[in-house]
Amino acid sequence: MKVTRRQSVVSAFQEIKSRAQSQWRELGSDKPVIMVGAATCGQAAGAVEVLRAIKGELKKHRLDCPVVEVGCMGHCYAEPIVTISKPGYPPICYGQVNPVIAQRLIREFILGDDPCLELILGAVEANDLVPSFSDFPRARFEKKVILKNCGHINPKQIEHYIAKGGYAALAKALEMRPEEIIAQVKRSGLRGRGGAGFPSGEKWEICRNAKGKPKYLICNGDEGDPGAFMDRAILESDPHSVVEGMLIAAYAIGARYGYIYVRAEYPLAVQRARLALRQARKLNLLGRNILGSDFSFELRLFQGSGAFVCGEETALIASLEGKPGTPYYRPPYPAISGLYGKPTLINNVKTLAFIRHIIGNGGESFASIGTKGSKGTAVFALAGKVVNTGLAEVPMGTTLRQVIFDVGSGIKEGKRFKAVQIGGPSGGCLPESALDLPIDFDSLTDAGAMMGSGGMIVLDEDDCMVEIARYFLEFTQRESCGKCTFCRLGTKQMLEVLGEFTKGKGKIEDLALLSQLAEDIKAGSLCGLGKTAPNPVLSTLRFFRDEYEAHIKEGRCPALMCRDLIAYYIIPEKCERTCDACVGTCTVEAISSHPTKRYKIIDQEKCVKCGTCLKACPPQYSAVVKLSPPSLVPASK
Amino acid sequence: MIKEQAKVKQRTRRILQRFGRNRGNLIPILQQVQGKLGYLSREAMLEVAQFLDIPEIDVYSVVTFYNQFRLNPPGRHSIRVCLGTACHMKGGYITLDAWKRRLSIDRGQTTPDREFDLDTVACVGCCVMAPVTVVDNKPEGKVEPTKVDGILLSFKLEKEKK
Repeated sequence: MKVTRRQSVVSAFQEIKSRAQSQWRELGSDKPVIMVGAATCGQAAGAVEVLRAIKGELKKHRLDCPVVEVGCMGHCYAEPIVTISKPGYPPICYGQVNPVIAQRLIREFILGDDPCLELILGAVEANDLVPSFSDFPRARFEKKVILKNCGHINPKQIEHYIAKGGYAALAKALEMRPEEIIAQVKRSGLRGRGGAGFPSGEKWEICRNAKGKPKYLICNGDEGDPGAFMDRAILESDPHSVVEGMLIAAYAIGARYGYIYVRAEYPLAVQRARLALRQARKLNLLGRNILGSDFSFELRLFQGSGAFVCGEETALIASLEGKPGTPYYRPPYPAISGLYGKPTLINNVKTLAFIRHIIGNGGESFASIGTKGSKGTAVFALAGKVVNTGLAEVPMGTTLRQVIFDVGSGIKEGKRFKAVQIGGPSGGCLPESALDLPIDFDSLTDAGAMMGSGGMIVLDEDDCMVEIARYFLEFTQRESCGKCTFCRLGTKQMLEVLGEFTKGKGKIEDLALLSQLAEDIKAGSLCGLGKTAPNPVLSTLRFFRDEYEAHIKEGRCPALMCRDLIAYYIIPEKCERTCDACVGTCTVEAISSHPTKRYKIIDQEKCVKCGTCLKACPPQYSAVVKLSPPSLVPASK
Repeated sequence: MIKEQAKVKQRTRRILQRFGRNRGNLIPILQQVQGKLGYLSREAMLEVAQFLDIPEIDVYSVVTFYNQFRLNPPGRHSIRVCLGTACHMKGGYITLDAWKRRLSIDRGQTTPDREFDLDTVACVGCCVMAPVTVVDNKPEGKVEPTKVDGILLSFKLEKEKK
C-alpha cells in the first residue's frame, strides 16, 4: 500500500516538473529574453515606465522577445534593473535603467550586437566577456540561499519556480515520516528568523505533540519594523518558496489549515502570494490529497490592517479571530493553544523559506553554515546612509563591518560612520567599536541590540542619536495596544522627556529618570513590544551619552539635525550674490536679497528649516550652512 | 441623505453575500467594504454587525484599533507620507510638513474640496528611495519639499487638461 502511494507522489510530481522544465527551456531557447525587476522597489524607481518603453520599442522593430517581470535581486540601489539574456552572451544586468536607456538597449544589443558595456551592472554568471556579480567584492561575503531565486524568475509563474527545482523538497518530504522531517529541522539548528531566535525544530515538535484538532499553521509576514523589507522582497519575488516551506511544515506537524498573514502596507506582496496559492491549488500542490498522497492542507491569505503589534504572535492570532490585536499572556504558547484555542505553529516568512533547502539538502548542509549557536544565513535589509542599499544574505558570523563596508560599500558621500541601528524599534544603535562583532542571535543581544527581523539602518555623522531614539519611541508609543499600563503610559513619559531634549529644554536629572522608566517598562509589559520598546533609548544612552549632554547642557545638536536647535544661515562672504538658486527654491519664500549688497538673507522667522536652500546652493559657493545652537546666527546687517 | 444611506446598505449587503457568518471574517469584510466604498460609514458598520451577529461596539473597536480603517470619506487622490526609519532620517518629517503646508490640512484629514487626503504610513519597504511618499498607491522616491510642489503641479495640469 505504501509503495503505491510513494510511486504516485513521485510520478505526479515528475509530470508537473517535466512540463515546467520544457516551458522554461522554451522561454528564449533561440530568442533574447528581457527581464525587468518589478517588485515594489523597482516599481518605485520607475520599472513600469521602463517596461512600457521596452514593449513599445520591441513592437516598433517588430521583435518578438519574451519580456518577463521578475522580483527583486537585492541590488535596490541600482533599480530599475533590466536583465537581458541573448543567445551567445551570458545574462547581463543593467542598472538604473530609464526609458531612454531601455530603448537604446533594444536597438543596440537586441537588434544590433553591442552589449553596451558602459551601461552594465554585471553579468549573472561568471564568463570571459563581461565582469559578473561574482567578481564584485561583496560576493566574497554573500551566500544566497533564500534569495537565490529572487530577481531571476517570474514570481507570477509557478512553472519558473518548479523548473528551478521548486516543490522537489515537498515531494521528498511527502515520502518521509513527519518525525524524520522534524529531526532534520532540529539537526539543521534553524532558529526562528522573526527576531527571537527560538529553535524551529523544537517548536515544531511541541506543536506536533500537542493535543487538539484541527491544528493551524501561520506564516507571519506582518513585517512591521520600519526599515525592514526582507519579507516583502521574498513574498514579492519568490512566493512559492514560502508556500512550499509551509506545506512541509504543515505535513510535519499535522496541520490541516494555514494562513499567510501579510501586512496591509504590502499590496503587491498580497497580490503575488494570492496568485501563488491559486496556481499551487491548480496543480494539486495545495488542497486535498496533495500530489495523490493522503495529506491535505488548505492555505489562505490574510491581509493585516496596519497594526505593528500584530507581528507579536498572540496579537496576530487575535487579529485572525476578528478581534483587536492585543496580545495575551503566555504560556500557554500558541504551539499548545493558539488560534481558536487549537495548537498553532507560527513561523516567520524567512524561517519557512529556509525549509525547502533544509529538506532538499539535508539538515547537516544547513548546519555547516554559520556559527556555533546560530546556523545558516541571515538576510539583512541595508538602508540609510550606506552606498549599496538593498538586501544582503550572509552567513551568520559575518561581522557588521563586512556587511556595511564590503557588501554595502561603506558610507555615502564619503561621510563618517556613526552607528548602525539593528532590529528596528526593538533593537539598538551600535557604535563603531561594535563593528567587528560577528553577527548572530546571541552576540547582538549581548551588545545591547537585537537581531530582530533584519533591518539595518546605517547612520552617519549627520544623524542625531537623541532624535533617532525619540523617533523609535514615538513609533512604539503610537503602536502600543494599550493593554499594559507601563507600555501605554511609561513610553508616553519617556517620549515627553526625549521631546524636551530635542528642543533643548531637558534637565540633566532626566537622564536618570529615563533609565528608571526604561527598566520599569521592560519589567511591566506583557509582550515583546513593551519589553523591548526602551532598547533604542538605552543603547543610545550607553554609547552616545555625550550627544544627550550636548542637547541638555548647551542646547546644541552635534549632528545638526534637531530642528529646534539649528538655524540655516547664508554666509555673506561666500554668497555669489548674482545667483538666485536659493531664493527660487525656498518653499516658503523666506530668502531675499540684501537691498544694496545683494547677498542673500534668510528670514529666520519665516524659515521652516527644510534644508532646500542648502541643497540648492551650488557646491562651488557652499554659502548655506547649518548652525547649532541657533543663537550663533549673527544679527543681519 | 436617506437615499445615500440606503445605497450604502445595499452595497454593503452585496459584499456580505460572499462571506460566511463567522467572526474570523470580520477584518476581511471590513477591508472589502472599505475597498469598495472608500471608507466605513455608520450604516456599513451596523450592517456588518448584524450580519455577523456580534455587538456593534465590537465592530467599532476593531475599526478604530487598526490604522488601515477610516471613518470619513477619502479624497480623490491619496497622499501617504512614509515615516519609516530610513525615510525619517532622510527628512520624511520635513516632507510631511511640506504636504501639510501646501494642502493646509493635518495628517488624517481630507481637503475641503475632497481632492486630497493626507496620512502617514509606518514603512512601505522602499527604504532605498527615501524619503518616500505614496501617491495614489504608487510609491514616489526622493520626495523633498520641491518635489511636493512638482507632484501637486502635475495634478493641477492634469485637471486642467480635462
